[in-house]
Amino acid sequence: MAAGAATSVRRVRESGLISRKRRKDRLFAALGLACLAVALATLALLVVSLAADGLSRLSWDFFMSYPSRFASRAGVLPAWVGSVLVLAVTALMGIPLGIAAGIYLEEYAPKNWLTDIIEINVTNLAGIPSIIYGLLALGLFVYALNLGTSILTGGLTLALLILPVVIVATREAIRAIPMSIREAAYSVGSTKWQLVSHHLLPYSTPSIMTGVIIGLSRAIGETAPLITIGALTFIAFLPAPPIQPEFPFVSFRWLFDPFTVLPIPMFNWVSRPGRDFAGNAAAAGLVLLIITLAMNAAAIYLRYHFRKRIKW
Amino acid sequence: MPMSEARAGDGQVRPRRAARRMGERIVEGGLFCAALSSVLITLSIAAILIYESVEFFRHIPLSLFLTDTVWTPLFAEPRYGILPLLCGTLLSSFVAMAVAIPLGLVSAVYLSEFAPAGVREAVKPVLEILSGVPTVVYGYFALLFVTPLLQATILPGLPGFNVLSAGLVMGIMIIPYISSISEDALRAVPMELREGSFAMGAGRLETSFRVAVPAAMSGIMAAFVLGISRAVGETMIVAIAAGQQPSLTLDPREPAATITAYIVQVALGDLPHGSVGYQTIFAAGLMLFLITLAFNVAGYFLRRRFREAY
Repeated sequence: MAAGAATSVRRVRESGLISRKRRKDRLFAALGLACLAVALATLALLVVSLAADGLSRLSWDFFMSYPSRFASRAGVLPAWVGSVLVLAVTALMGIPLGIAAGIYLEEYAPKNWLTDIIEINVTNLAGIPSIIYGLLALGLFVYALNLGTSILTGGLTLALLILPVVIVATREAIRAIPMSIREAAYSVGSTKWQLVSHHLLPYSTPSIMTGVIIGLSRAIGETAPLITIGALTFIAFLPAPPIQPEFPFVSFRWLFDPFTVLPIPMFNWVSRPGRDFAGNAAAAGLVLLIITLAMNAAAIYLRYHFRKRIKW
Repeated sequence: MPMSEARAGDGQVRPRRAARRMGERIVEGGLFCAALSSVLITLSIAAILIYESVEFFRHIPLSLFLTDTVWTPLFAEPRYGILPLLCGTLLSSFVAMAVAIPLGLVSAVYLSEFAPAGVREAVKPVLEILSGVPTVVYGYFALLFVTPLLQATILPGLPGFNVLSAGLVMGIMIIPYISSISEDALRAVPMELREGSFAMGAGRLETSFRVAVPAAMSGIMAAFVLGISRAVGETMIVAIAAGQQPSLTLDPREPAATITAYIVQVALGDLPHGSVGYQTIFAAGLMLFLITLAFNVAGYFLRRRFREAY
């Protein structure tokens, strides 16, 4: 009887201890949710404040007008054209180079000091502030190679910037492919390049695309390096058209034209004193934000869709 | 007959195999060059920064650059002391980390140790978006939303340009960065350690902070270090919202210029190539490069340690 009472007392005390711990656990879980809520609420506030200021300025004219001294007439035509062209150069240079480097590091590289250096270097490149890439481009492309502040320079600058993103995405995608695929390919006599081009690349394309999209979405919003190389803030003409009526019908003169990109007029408008241009800035920001969100959503969709479908 | 046939076949195969081997070599060489190009980028960054900085330090002695307390290179009587820019950079990074470290770490612990899988899967992509928003948009938000909000509520005398709102917004931007690296580190801690702790009667919270977090410490430190490096190099938010006057202040309510904001300010002007003013941005850039390099290397080794631990 007495022994039974003692156990039940102890049980009560223990359950008190446990419930106290449970309460603390629940409190911390609430704190964690609150932290996440702060982050997500900021994102929501950002979208709402941009929409409140900028939605009324978003119109066909906004996309089809040149910059102007009058806030109500100013538009982003040269900026979005510039963004598209610069991004085309970036994609053409950065993606093949990044994928090639990723393939080498993952499939070909022997284990030696040179490979180690390249690996540490890629990690470091990803951490270098974007404005430093701007200084590199200013010294190298603009002055040493004499390319001037052109679309080519801008595109190359951003290509360097997304290179580490593409390399890392490629490596992770290829690493995820099981060894058995490689063994099977070798056992039927394929060479290393045949293995890479017939098997590894096709299988890893969706994951690589995810990385590429994220890299490009970062490139679209990138402002500092392009300001550093001297991209114009006020530009009232378009680059030379890439297609022309005379032979040879395509022209690459646009590569050497001065340019501006979407974030730059936004920066210019934000920096002006007074709130006249704030609406324009918000509208440009809204465009940037929508593009970024759409690209991120595409990347997330790709990732989840293919993760579900492919089971090694 | 069969012998001569075999020989003929052999003769056809051999050049084809040689050509194939040749092709393989060329492909491998090309891929190697692509990988090497990344090293080339780093080398050219270092070369250009050092080359222009050497020119700069021919005019201004390094000791003056590091000790003078006024930075006015574009004035009629120029002074070249990096300290005010360094001070602005550290101050804005400090404010950012004061936001990002607690919020990021608590989020990481919650996501890794407490959250149901469904919440984690839903929240993580949205958090990633937070770090993908263009920084110029954050700059707009800091200048035209956060500053007016602070002025209207807790800090009525706050100037229009100030380090505080730039740093706060920067901190929010860095949260996903810190939380994702920390969470990776926490999830790399083997379940047995937690089970051992639970078996001893510890609760979830005790297990998280006395077992999981200490075990993942090097990874979490790496997250902090890489987050700081990110804050130090951040440009557009501070260029827009923190003002652009270099000042030697430790009060986040005041305006200040960072190294990055100064480079933007000069690039927007029209400095002739080769002038001392043009070289200042490379000297300032070299400073920035060295600081972030130190943090990145530290982060790299810390991260490698937590990968090897288990």
